[in-house]
Amino acid sequence: MKNCNFKLLVWRQKGPQEPGKMVAYTVNDISPDMSFLEMMDLLNEDLIKKGEDPIAIDSDCREGICGTCGLVIQGLAHGSKQKTCTCQIYMRDFKDGETITVEPFRSSAFPIIKDLVVNRSALDRIISKGGYVANNIGGAPDANAMPISKETAELALDASSCIGCGACVAACPNSSAALFTGAKISQYAHLPQGSPDRKKRVLEMAQQMDKEGFGNCSNHGECEAVCPQGIKISHIAKMRREFFKASLL
Amino acid sequence: MIYNTIPEGTPLNGKVPAGPIEKKWQSHKASIKLVSPANKKKYTVLVVGSGLAGASAAAALGELGYNVKVFCIHDSPRRAHSIAAQGGINAAKNYPNDNDSVWRLFSDTLKGGDFRAREGNVYRLAELSMAIIDQCVAQGVPFAREYGGFLANRSFGGALVSRTFYARGQTGQQLLLGAYGSLMRQANTGKVQIFPKREMLDLVVGEGKAKGIVVRNLENGQIESYSGHAVIVATGGYSNLYFLSTNAKNCNASAIWRCHRRGAYFANPCFVQIHPTCIPVHGDYQSKLTLMSESLRNDGRMWVPKKQDDKRPPNEIPEEERDYFLERKYPTYGNLVPRDVASRNAKTVCDEGKGVGDTKRAVYLDLSDSLKKFGLKYIEEQYGNLFEMYQRITGEDPYRVPVMKIYPALHYTMGGLWVDYNLMSNIPGLFVLGEANFSDHGANRLGASALMQGLCDGYFVIPYTIGDYLAQTGAGKLSIESTEFKQAEKEIQESVQKLVGKKGKKTVLELHRELGLLMWNQVGMGRNQKSLQTALEGIPQLQKEFQENLIVSGDANHWNKDLESALRLWDYMELAELVSLDALNRAESCGGHFREESQTEEGEALRQDEKFQYVSAWEYQGQGKTPILHKEPLEFEYLKPIKRSYK
Ligand SMILES: Cc1cc2nc3c(=O)[nH]c(=O)nc-3n(C[C@H](O)[C@H](O)[C@H](O)COP(=O)(O)OP(=O)(O)OC[C@H]3O[C@@H](n4cnc5c(N)ncnc54)[C@H](O)[C@@H]3O)c2cc1C
Repeated sequence: MKNCNFKLLVWRQKGPQEPGKMVAYTVNDISPDMSFLEMMDLLNEDLIKKGEDPIAIDSDCREGICGTCGLVIQGLAHGSKQKTCTCQIYMRDFKDGETITVEPFRSSAFPIIKDLVVNRSALDRIISKGGYVANNIGGAPDANAMPISKETAELALDASSCIGCGACVAACPNSSAALFTGAKISQYAHLPQGSPDRKKRVLEMAQQMDKEGFGNCSNHGECEAVCPQGIKISHIAKMRREFFKASLL
Repeated sequence: MIYNTIPEGTPLNGKVPAGPIEKKWQSHKASIKLVSPANKKKYTVLVVGSGLAGASAAAALGELGYNVKVFCIHDSPRRAHSIAAQGGINAAKNYPNDNDSVWRLFSDTLKGGDFRAREGNVYRLAELSMAIIDQCVAQGVPFAREYGGFLANRSFGGALVSRTFYARGQTGQQLLLGAYGSLMRQANTGKVQIFPKREMLDLVVGEGKAKGIVVRNLENGQIESYSGHAVIVATGGYSNLYFLSTNAKNCNASAIWRCHRRGAYFANPCFVQIHPTCIPVHGDYQSKLTLMSESLRNDGRMWVPKKQDDKRPPNEIPEEERDYFLERKYPTYGNLVPRDVASRNAKTVCDEGKGVGDTKRAVYLDLSDSLKKFGLKYIEEQYGNLFEMYQRITGEDPYRVPVMKIYPALHYTMGGLWVDYNLMSNIPGLFVLGEANFSDHGANRLGASALMQGLCDGYFVIPYTIGDYLAQTGAGKLSIESTEFKQAEKEIQESVQKLVGKKGKKTVLELHRELGLLMWNQVGMGRNQKSLQTALEGIPQLQKEFQENLIVSGDANHWNKDLESALRLWDYMELAELVSLDALNRAESCGGHFREESQTEEGEALRQDEKFQYVSAWEYQGQGKTPILHKEPLEFEYLKPIKRSYK
C-alpha cells in the first residue's frame, strides 16, 4: 500500500473555561502501517517545529488496555472499527484523501481539560462507592476453598474487562454511565465474593452515578456498539435487577 | 564523565536477618517495632505511584489506619502500567500437584536471576506468593478456572512446573483493578487521598531523612509540595530510556532518578530485560513496541529457516528445512528457556542472516502444531486477545496462518533504587517498591514474577516494615515551609522555565529516538568494552544537543505533554550514562547482561563470581561526575551458585 494524505478537523480548546472550535490540518505522506496516534504524533511534531501549540491528547499503553486514550473519530467514539480502542486504529483503515474529524469524549460529567483531553474522575468516584469486595488485606482463606464454575468466572471476567475509557458515556445520547457501572456491579453479582455487600453496592454506586450528572439509560445500545472490550448491555439489565432486588427487599 | 577509574565507597549491608532461611521473615517480623492502632492516624505516608506496588501498599496502609496520600501521573490510579501485564502471576501453590514448593519457586527465581539477587529477599517473595493469590481471589479477581471450579495454571519460562495464575491475556488488568478497588474503598473512607495527574519531580530530604515530595500538576503546571513521615516510591521501571520498549508512553525514570540525585543509591542499572516475543519494529515513526505474552511459548515453537535469506512464506518451508533453535540447543527447557536466553538466541540466528520478514530482524513463533492438536476453541480461549492484537497491529491474521513474526524488545528493568530487606533505601524514610527497586530478580527476571513482587511488596512487606521505621522516628509535625522544600520548588521552577519555549531545531521525540537507538545498539543484547565506550562518548553529545538545539512548545500553565517529555528526557540522558558505566564496570556476563568478552565456548553467559558476586549501588556525585560505587557482597548459604544450564 502506498502512503496517503489526509485532512483533519480537530477540536481545539485551550482550557476548561475557554470556547473551542474545529480547526483544519493536513497531514501528508502517511504510511498505512502507522497507528492513528502515531499520525497525530507526527502532526504535533510539525506544529511544535512551526512554533504552534501542539494538540493535547492523552494516551499511555497504546495496546488498548489502559483506557487513557479515547477520541471521537468520524463521529464515533474510538472510530468505526468495532471492539477497538483509539490507540489500536491504523491508518490503513482510512481512504487516501479522506477528511477525518477528531473530537474529545464529550459529556457534562467529563469536563474538557484541553483540546482532546477530558477529566473522567467521575468514574473513579462511582467505583469508590462500592466497586470492590469490602474485605481487608490479610486473612483470606485458601484460594481454592471456594470453587467457582468456569462459566461464572468467565462471565465475571467479561464484565471486569472494562477499561474505564468512558466511550460508553461519550456515545450515549443521554451521557449515561450505565454500562460502566453495570459491568462492575455485574462482575460482583456473578461472584460469591461479591454477595455480602450486594445491596449496598448497587444502591450507592447508582446514587453516585446520578450525582455526577450522568444521564439515565434508555436502551439505545450505542454504548455496547462502541465498547472496545465488547461489553454487553446485558450487564445493564443485570444491574437493574440487582437494583430492584436491593430496593424492594 | 571519567570511566576508566571508578571511585569505590564503603560496602553496603542489605540487613537480611540472621537464622535459617525459612525462619528469617518470621523472626524479623517478630523483632521489628509496631505503631499502636491509636497512633497510626498521627502518621502521614506519601505513596508515589498507583501500579500494583503503589496501589496495594496505599490500600494496605489505609486499612491499617495511616493517613495516606497517593500520587500518579495518570488521570486515574487504575491506568498505571501494571494494567498492561498480560501473561500471569506466579505462586508456589502446587495446585497442579507437580511437585512445586516454596523452595522450588525460590530456587528457580534465584537461578533465573543468575545469582545476582539476595537470597533472603527471594525466599521471602516465594514464601508470600501463596497469600497473594488468596488475597486476590478474596477480592473477586476472576482468575482462569478449570471445569471443576478450581484455579487453572500455566507454565512460564525458566520453570519445570506449572505455577502461573492468569486471567486470559489480561492478568495485570485484573490484579490492578483488584488493588485499585481496595484503594478506592479507602479513598471513600477518607483514609487515602488521591492526587492524579501529578508528576513527582523531587524528593525532599531534611535532617538526613525523607520529608516529602515536590510534584508538578500536569493539568495546570502548578508546582506543589507535600510532606509526610515517610515516602514510598513505586513508580515502575525505566525501559523507556531505550525509547522503543513494551512499556506505556508515560513510564519514566524521573521519580527514581531525582531520588538518586538527592542521595539514594541506584543499584544494578545495567540489568535490563529484553523480552524475546514482541512484534518487530516496522518503520521510523513507530512510537512503541508491543509484547506478545510469554504464555505463547507454552504452545508456540520458535524457528527460522535453515537457509539464509529464505524468501518463502513460512507454511511453504518444509519441516526439515526449519531450525527450531531453542529446542535444538536446550532440549530440557526447549521453548521455555528464560527470556534472556531466548532473546540472545533470536538475535544470534538473525545475525547469521536467517531472520525473516522485510527487515530480517524477526523469527517465527509458530502455533500451528498446537492449533492442530488442541483445536481453535482452546487457542481462542488461551490467546484470543493476543491474536487480535497481533492482527490489528500487523494487518496479518494469525488464525489464518498461525505463524507470527517476533523479535526481542526492551521490556523490564531489574535495576532500580537500592533497598534493604525492609525495602528502605539508604535514605531513611524513603521506601521503594515494585519495579522501581532492584530487589528480587537479580540479573534476569522470570516471567510472571513482577506482578508477584509488586503485590508482595505492597500487600505483605511494607505494611510491616514501615511500622518499624515510623515507630522509631515518631509523628513529628509536618510542614512544607523548610528551606529544603523551598529550594526544591525553586529548582523545579527554574528547570521548567529553562525548557518551555526553547527554540532549537530538534524535537524531544527526535532526540529521544536518537538516545534510544544509541543505547539499543551499544548497550543492548550484546555489550562489549568498545560499544560501552561508544555509548559513554555518544551520550554527552546528545546532552549537548538537548541543551543547545532542543525545541519545546511553550506553555507552562496548561496541559503540556511536550514539556513533560522534555523533563523526562533529560533524566534519561543522565541515567543512560549510569547504565553504560555500570555495564562497563561489570565485565562478566550474567542474566540479561551479556558482555561479549565473557562467554563460554557455546556462547552462553559466563559469570565471574570471584570478581562480581555483588550488587553495584551507585552514589550520585553531580552531573557529568563519575559516581561512587558501593558494593553489597552477595552470599549464598542455601543455594550455591551453579552454572545456569537449561539444556
Ligand atoms: C506489556 C507488559 C506485560 C507484562 N506482563 C507481565 C506478566 O504477565 N507478569 C508479570 O509478572 N509481569 C509482567 N510485566 C511486568 C509488570 O507489569 C511490571 O513490572 C509491574 O506491573 C510494575 O508495577 P509497579 O507497580 O512497580 O509500576 P507501574 O505499574 O508501572 O506503576 C507506576 C506508577 O507510578 C506512577 N508514576 C510513574 N512516574 C511517576 C512520577 N514521576 N510521579 C508520579 N507518579 C509516577 C504511574 O502513574 C503509575 O501509577 C509486564 C510488563 C509489560 C510492559
